[in-house]
Amino acid sequence: MSIEVANVSKRFGDFVALDDVSVSIPSGQLTALLGPSGGGKSTLLRIIAGLEHPDDGRISIEGRDATLLRPQRRNVGFVFQHYAAFKHLSVYRNVAFGLEIRKRPKDEIRERVQHLLALVHLEQFADRLPSQLSGGQRQRMALARALAVEPSVLLLDEPFGALDAKVRKELREWLRRLHDEVHVTTVFVTHDQEEALEVADEIVVINEGRVEQIGSPDQLYDAPANDFVMRFLGPVTQLGSRLVRPHDLELRAGEPYGAMPATVQRIVRVGFEVRVEAVTAAGQTVLATLSRTQFQALGIGVGVGSPVSLRLVDGAPSVDTGEDPAAEAVLVGT
Amino acid sequence: MTSVLAEQIEPSATGRPTGRPTGRPTGRVRSGRLARASGLAFGVSMLWFSLLVLLPLAAVLVKSGERGWSGFWTAITNEQTAAAVRLTVGHAFLVTLVNMLMGTVIAWVLVRDQFFGKRALEVLIDIPFALPTIVAGLVMLSLYGPTSPLGVDIANSRRAVFLAFLFVTLPFVVRTVQPVLAELDRDVEEAAASLGASSFTTFRRIVLPALTPAIAAGAALSFARAVSEYGSLVLLSGNLPFRTEVTSVRILSSIENDNLPGAAAVAAVLLAISLVVIVIVDVLQRWVVRRG
Repeated sequence: MSIEVANVSKRFGDFVALDDVSVSIPSGQLTALLGPSGGGKSTLLRIIAGLEHPDDGRISIEGRDATLLRPQRRNVGFVFQHYAAFKHLSVYRNVAFGLEIRKRPKDEIRERVQHLLALVHLEQFADRLPSQLSGGQRQRMALARALAVEPSVLLLDEPFGALDAKVRKELREWLRRLHDEVHVTTVFVTHDQEEALEVADEIVVINEGRVEQIGSPDQLYDAPANDFVMRFLGPVTQLGSRLVRPHDLELRAGEPYGAMPATVQRIVRVGFEVRVEAVTAAGQTVLATLSRTQFQALGIGVGVGSPVSLRLVDGAPSVDTGEDPAAEAVLVGT
Repeated sequence: MTSVLAEQIEPSATGRPTGRPTGRPTGRVRSGRLARASGLAFGVSMLWFSLLVLLPLAAVLVKSGERGWSGFWTAITNEQTAAAVRLTVGHAFLVTLVNMLMGTVIAWVLVRDQFFGKRALEVLIDIPFALPTIVAGLVMLSLYGPTSPLGVDIANSRRAVFLAFLFVTLPFVVRTVQPVLAELDRDVEEAAASLGASSFTTFRRIVLPALTPAIAAGAALSFARAVSEYGSLVLLSGNLPFRTEVTSVRILSSIENDNLPGAAAVAAVLLAISLVVIVIVDVLQRWVVRRG
């Protein structure tokens, strides 16, 4: 295990940022710390980098206890959301900074910086100032700067958060490919579940200062540990007391045995997807999403007011919320 | 990746909203009106500047040349004048050096530290600026004069000149550095730290180059102010020829002796020195920023 976080707690005044968090981050992988803003994920990343000190607990990096180590000595590369470019230095000098401080020979520095600039596709921008680059280019420069010192761990704090949607999508695909080339243990913080699911080998879901679940994207999606993880990773709807994914619901016309009868209330078509809202006998509104083809297979007769039945497909993930809205609805009704 | 690159090379593609058909014509009308307004503003500011600054400056130069080159030369090579210029410029230079250091330190404390009375200090910093200089002179005379309650008597000495300069120039570097320091991203320092830079290296190579233009601007102001100082030192320094007489006092005494061209000649020299210093400060500043 490359990074070992053991029982780390951190408070800022009354606010509990991290509450007894333990995580093991495997070597050579791309790990996402995923969660809503203010949930503590950035604090955890900053504690790993040594930019913040834990009130309690220990951090070890590559088997070495780093809890009391200054950030300079941790050999981590850190990439900030807002680039943190050295504004008065050229792109070349930005990337060379870590090597210049280490007093490496000039030739070695030149070779390494040029290699890195090629890696991040900024060769032709070496002499520019950061202010002459776009956001995406600045972030790639920051990445090259962090990689220059050959860190044992690369940490990225919402690296694409300040970029517009299109560049963000391209850069995360590119980060994935870069990681496959460079293989440095990488941890990145994000609040975008799609980004985490697409890029990461492993995801740590953090909420309100606690770890909710750790696992591969598939594990998290297919077997969410609780309703928070289920809700955070994708759309959900409630059927009885169970939280399910709307696309895991099977909708049929009529009332076959073993399924929940309901009445169609609303049908919305968005591109290839058809969203059907149906109300059960208990008064619960359930959302089911179908592909256009699936919807057409239901028959032309299905429209608002039609009787249908809903069933969770076999093997689909569901989480018990512990509350039964059917019972509540009955209570409200009386 | 190529698509990302293509995207980035053309920054306007992402930076500007497209598909605003009404944007162009209104923009054109606006820019026409703006051009007229800014033309007027340009004319007024140039006239203002000329009346208030260029004309008096030219008048000083003309006045200083009234007795011809030899008259000018005699006026400025007068030994008493030369001594006053040396004292003023030398002390202004030293005081500016002290201010560059202390002003930066004070600005740092005001921006980065939280302490009781910070707000009060923020206001107090400007007092040397706001106080009539003769009042400052009076305060210094009573504090550091022959009847000093502190037992410190620096009256009639060069230290009085130095102290008076220090007092009146204190706010300049503080006030120019403070906003720049407040704007500085802490991220940048953290980035340097995680790349292995010690706090000192981070300060020298990252923070200082960012502050340098502000320090230089403050230093130029501080130097100019010190060179022109009169009120705060005239009471305490004793104005002894060859010892504590500064140029502004020397100019005044020339005028009192009905030697207006002589006074103007000294003024012209001061003008030239100030100009040279401002240029040097600017060049140094560019060099430090570039070197990183």
